[in-house]
Amino acid sequence: MANAAAMSAGAAPSSKKGGAHSHPAPPKIVAAAPPRELERYPLVLNNRPLNWITERIAGVCEKPMPIWWWPAFIVSFGGMMLMAGLVTYLIATGVGVWGLNQPAAWAWDITNFVFWIGIGHAGTLISAVLCLLRQKWRTAINRAAEAMTLFAVACAGIFPVVHTGRVWMALWWLPPIPNNMAIWPQFRSPLLWDVFAVSTYGTVSLLFWYTGLVPDLATLRDRATCKIKRLLYGFFSLGWTGSNRNWSNYEKAYLILAGLSTPLVLSVHSIVSFDFAVSQVPGWHTTIFPPYFVAGAIFSGFGMVLTLMLPMRALFHLEDIITVKHVELMCKVILATGSMVGYAYGMEFFIAWYGGSPYELYAFKNRAFGPYWWAYWSMITCNVISPHLFWSKKIRTNMVLVWIIAGFVNVGMWFERFVIIVTSIHRDYLPSSWGYFTPTWVDVFTFVGSFGLFMTLFLLFIRYLPAIAISEVKAVTPQADPHHPLGGAKEHHH
Amino acid sequence: MSATQTRPVGLLAQYETPADLLHAALEVRDAGYSKWDVYSPFPIHGMDAAMGLKNSKVGYFTFAGGITGFFSGMLMIWFMNKFDYPIVVGGKPLFTPLFAFPVSYELTILLGAFGTLFGMAFLNRLPKLYNPLFNVERFRRVTDDKFFVYIEAIDPKYSAESTRSLLEKTGATAIEVVED
Repeated sequence: MANAAAMSAGAAPSSKKGGAHSHPAPPKIVAAAPPRELERYPLVLNNRPLNWITERIAGVCEKPMPIWWWPAFIVSFGGMMLMAGLVTYLIATGVGVWGLNQPAAWAWDITNFVFWIGIGHAGTLISAVLCLLRQKWRTAINRAAEAMTLFAVACAGIFPVVHTGRVWMALWWLPPIPNNMAIWPQFRSPLLWDVFAVSTYGTVSLLFWYTGLVPDLATLRDRATCKIKRLLYGFFSLGWTGSNRNWSNYEKAYLILAGLSTPLVLSVHSIVSFDFAVSQVPGWHTTIFPPYFVAGAIFSGFGMVLTLMLPMRALFHLEDIITVKHVELMCKVILATGSMVGYAYGMEFFIAWYGGSPYELYAFKNRAFGPYWWAYWSMITCNVISPHLFWSKKIRTNMVLVWIIAGFVNVGMWFERFVIIVTSIHRDYLPSSWGYFTPTWVDVFTFVGSFGLFMTLFLLFIRYLPAIAISEVKAVTPQADPHHPLGGAKEHHH
Repeated sequence: MSATQTRPVGLLAQYETPADLLHAALEVRDAGYSKWDVYSPFPIHGMDAAMGLKNSKVGYFTFAGGITGFFSGMLMIWFMNKFDYPIVVGGKPLFTPLFAFPVSYELTILLGAFGTLFGMAFLNRLPKLYNPLFNVERFRRVTDDKFFVYIEAIDPKYSAESTRSLLEKTGATAIEVVED
């Protein structure tokens, strides 16, 4: 609040005045000062008219893609094919083509799973939690972030399914179907909870994303110049007309979906953390895991949102919609969640010592100073040190630096999962059961390929769908407010 | 369409700003119409009250979905792990609501979300791929930057002249007969 008030002293009044005079509509008389809320920093810069917002956002997916899109798509598609090939190779040969063995039977596969699922969490946080908190700035980034969630969940889902080795058998482990001995899955295992959590998460994210898309698909339908586009966008927009009787139900449904997704997103990474925390393994068996995993997920997710959004913003000239203020706010979320993650690292160590279990303490000493010390200190550098650069406004408003730091966050969070998983299990209780996990080339390229899958889906998304929620961005402009002069308010009204 | 005879099904009036639309809605409501609606590119704050709409009923569908999800989760786990084929695992009880909770919780949210979406679609009578309003060329800008009021001819208070003059009085920039 105080921050917003400080902002308004600078930017908002001047732009408001300028807007009132330069607006093409006949001169309106300001009845009273607009509500305080509207004096905040503008969410769309330069008082862009509603039509400009439509043109700019819909224009991205209506015009031919810029020249860089094709090489980017071809490289991504190649990565996706690489992953498909390696997964086929694994299924045909066995999980031994990955570096998995006793004692480290989980390594890159589960690391990648948790990494991708975590990335998804920022999308839901932006769409659901920020919606409930009435953070209007979310409108500029929620669509792309939700799409990112879906694609990240798709990448995540592949790893645990494939790591079962005989994936055709997974049909009897995952959904509640009895096996050939008529035995049902047993629901005391967090691994089964995880199946329900992740599949619910994927489904609800898709529903939420699609609900948000309907009015914008109608915009594309109404602007379509060719028949096929008109039919396809028309079909998926369900015949949306923008009727207020519809908006009334729609807004309620959207709010409820946000209300459902908020506990969902918190539960998903909590349940992912139960995969570890419910076990007896020193280094995993800790009660701090659920909140620590959720904070880490949001941290990494915002890192990925910035990694994708900053180039998109620059390449499609969306600077007036995704403003520097938006980027700054995202940096602050990274700073906050990064601090929580750093606190959790410290608290884990403290409890390992304070808890008095020699195995627990050993697991942590081994984490920091054992054979995987390099992974641990990479994690600390990326996750504990780099977010604190965002205390500086100079850094938060420098797009290149923000992009680089967001990259460090992504790397750091991958290392975090690797550290948690591999350092905890590579030395079992007996020294005879000690080992050192090294990835094989199949491990490495399957992970690289998953980025191909992710980017292929994301590039297709910006090619065919509006990457920013058009109707939602319009709704937060003063032009959309019937009580604001730019929305047409006149003196005799109200 | 052109082969068959068309008939007027209502009057469509265009407005340029959300404020004009809001005030038009107040006037149409006060004139006592019931078969009418306003159309805008985004939801307008205060429009539900201006139109006299009640609170949306979507929440009932969510609740029904959520309750179904929660109890079907509990029932499923009880049936599978305690009733149909009980196996003791790790000395844990065959069924308690505690270990059944995470899965039931996820199913609450899953079916609650489906209930919300399908409830919203049902209340809005969507999908409805044909709508006489799509025959109006200017109506294509309803998803861009224009605002409309549409009064249906089946409204008991509808009359071609008085309805038109009411809409003219509210500051419509264009009024058009919608045909089907």
